[in-house]
Amino acid sequence: MTELASAPPAGKRRLPYKVMIEPRLKEPPRWYPPLVSFGAILVALILGGVVISLAGGDPIRSYLHIARASFGNSGVISDTLVKATPLILVGLACAVAFRMRLWNIGAEGQFFMGALGASTVVLVPLLPAEASPWLFIPTMMAAGMLFGAFWGFIPGFLKARFNVNEIITTLMLNYIAVAFVNFFIFAVWSEGGFQMSPMFPRTAWLPRLTDYARQVPFFGGLTTHLGMLLGLIAAVVVWFILYRSRWGYEIRLIGDNPKAARYAGLNISRNIVLVMMFSGALAGLAGMSEITGVVHRLQGAISPGYGFTGIIIAWLAKLNPFAVVLVSVLFGALILAGREIQPSGVPKMIQGIILVCLIASDFFLRYQVRLVRQGVEV
Amino acid sequence: MDPVIILQAGVASGTVLLFATIGELFAERSGVLNLGVEGMMLIGAMSAFSVAVATGNPWLGVLVAMLAAGLISQIHAFIVITLQGDQVVSGLSLTFLAAGISVVLGEGLSKAGTVSLIPTFTIPILSQIPIIGPIFFQSHSVMVYVGYLLIPLSWYYLNMTRPGMHLKAVGEHPAAADTLGINVYRMRYFYVFVGGLLAGLAGATISLAISPGWFSELTTAGQGWIAVGLVIFAQWDPLRAAVGAYAFGALRRLILDIQGPNILLGLANPFFYNPYLGFFLQMLPYAFTIIVLVLGSREAMRKRLGAPAALGLPYIRGERGL
Repeated sequence: MTELASAPPAGKRRLPYKVMIEPRLKEPPRWYPPLVSFGAILVALILGGVVISLAGGDPIRSYLHIARASFGNSGVISDTLVKATPLILVGLACAVAFRMRLWNIGAEGQFFMGALGASTVVLVPLLPAEASPWLFIPTMMAAGMLFGAFWGFIPGFLKARFNVNEIITTLMLNYIAVAFVNFFIFAVWSEGGFQMSPMFPRTAWLPRLTDYARQVPFFGGLTTHLGMLLGLIAAVVVWFILYRSRWGYEIRLIGDNPKAARYAGLNISRNIVLVMMFSGALAGLAGMSEITGVVHRLQGAISPGYGFTGIIIAWLAKLNPFAVVLVSVLFGALILAGREIQPSGVPKMIQGIILVCLIASDFFLRYQVRLVRQGVEV
Repeated sequence: MDPVIILQAGVASGTVLLFATIGELFAERSGVLNLGVEGMMLIGAMSAFSVAVATGNPWLGVLVAMLAAGLISQIHAFIVITLQGDQVVSGLSLTFLAAGISVVLGEGLSKAGTVSLIPTFTIPILSQIPIIGPIFFQSHSVMVYVGYLLIPLSWYYLNMTRPGMHLKAVGEHPAAADTLGINVYRMRYFYVFVGGLLAGLAGATISLAISPGWFSELTTAGQGWIAVGLVIFAQWDPLRAAVGAYAFGALRRLILDIQGPNILLGLANPFFYNPYLGFFLQMLPYAFTIIVLVLGSREAMRKRLGAPAALGLPYIRGERGL
């Protein structure tokens, strides 16, 4: 092959350039992975637009509506943050588990169990209604995390002890958790035959910005609640554990190379159980934050699939805790604005398309694609 | 609470799981884990019902359902075989995507009214056999009989034919299969497609035969995931898959029927007097999936059986693999 600029010989037509695909030998620059993810999202939005127009909608109007209805003014930005709050926590839950290559698909069920756990504090009741919020909130957090951790313990134990595939068990536990919570809201704590528990006392509500409207008038009507702060703290804690602690080092080592970890003498079974419990506790905290910060009672429709969106968020954030926060806000916007979009499956479909494009785009991180000028064979 | 009726209905609803499980079994035997079964079934159920409503021809619906699910399975195939993406995440994303698409395109279908369903018939002589006759051969949908044919055929294909051996080789040791001139990539694409076809057939069987209609994501209610679990329980063997599928079908029916009578085994039936206990009955199929997985995994550990050795791993020609 020589580099000749002359035209290819007649009869044997060839393109002047050809695509070369080669494995990457060194790490791409830091700015490159986010750029690839951004490109994947862009492609996903275009593909989503095609499907929306096939289904008889107007994609541009749908997207503009999503942008306006989620970032248009301080009120809706606050609503977006409210939707982002549970997403941050479940996103972190998935990121922790995925970092060890444990496929916890059960954040949805752990979310429901966390909500149930927090509700027991009010509805059993474990604390009297007139107890101080300073007592209520930590107790409910602990109960939510405990229930979520228990729901993570089951698949963790089964995997560690019997090598049972955690993808299936965590998924099955989602369905079981929803039926379990339904039993409580239909049969045990039903208020006047309705499918919901009585309203929680005000002392058991997470404080919202609007509660301080008297001191800061700008906060009036803003529903962002303490859960957002819990989410941010959790992100820092998860980052610290994963990247600055011995346990996090073990988690990352097992995730990257389980064989090396075993030879190094790490207790993999114990880590499987612990990480699943930690992951479940984070998802349980999300459930607690959602019912004490937003819904203020236990009822059925408390999640539009937060647990599943958490999987996408964790992957999109490349399992980085701080990126989880950022991505959660974007997905919060999608869920908030998506409620009014017809047909109703659009947000879910866009989430699916984003994840498909994203996983496909990983190819560009492992391989480099070059356009090479075709020479002419002599 | 007639056991014959429960088993008969169990065979019918187990047929859905049978198709999905055997489809996934073929894909996994080639080394590709496809967690998109639930989504592909939804695509199948939606497109089968939609086409049957539009054309009045259920068979056309079945055909379109299989092709649609087969086509969408190729997204997963492309990502994991050609782009070497992670099979777990790609399969999950396929379920999200396919579920979303079927909800969007199925908008309004739930109010579409009645359609002509896949016909049922009784096999003349076999149905006269006591107990077995009514359970297996009486007024079943055509799909159920298709299922009966699929079980021995897939077993024979997998264990007795040359392409079946090639399939197993690709899943166990792709590099060795490659040196024998078997095209690993093409085989994997093909068997993921087969998995998609059968998942689409399973979906069509729900919406046009077993529990007709389109109820958005509730149409499948997690049966695709149960199918993925059943493949593990079946240890990648079609005969065991069939036993598991029919057993789960019977369980689903038992849960419906057990709430009917007010006397159960001579005692007051708690599920009749307290209908809220039904929520615990609803958990049973999912709880049983977990139990079955534990049993299957213990057996696999004891007998040192396992998944196809290359399951979940991309094959890269020329790279040192297992």
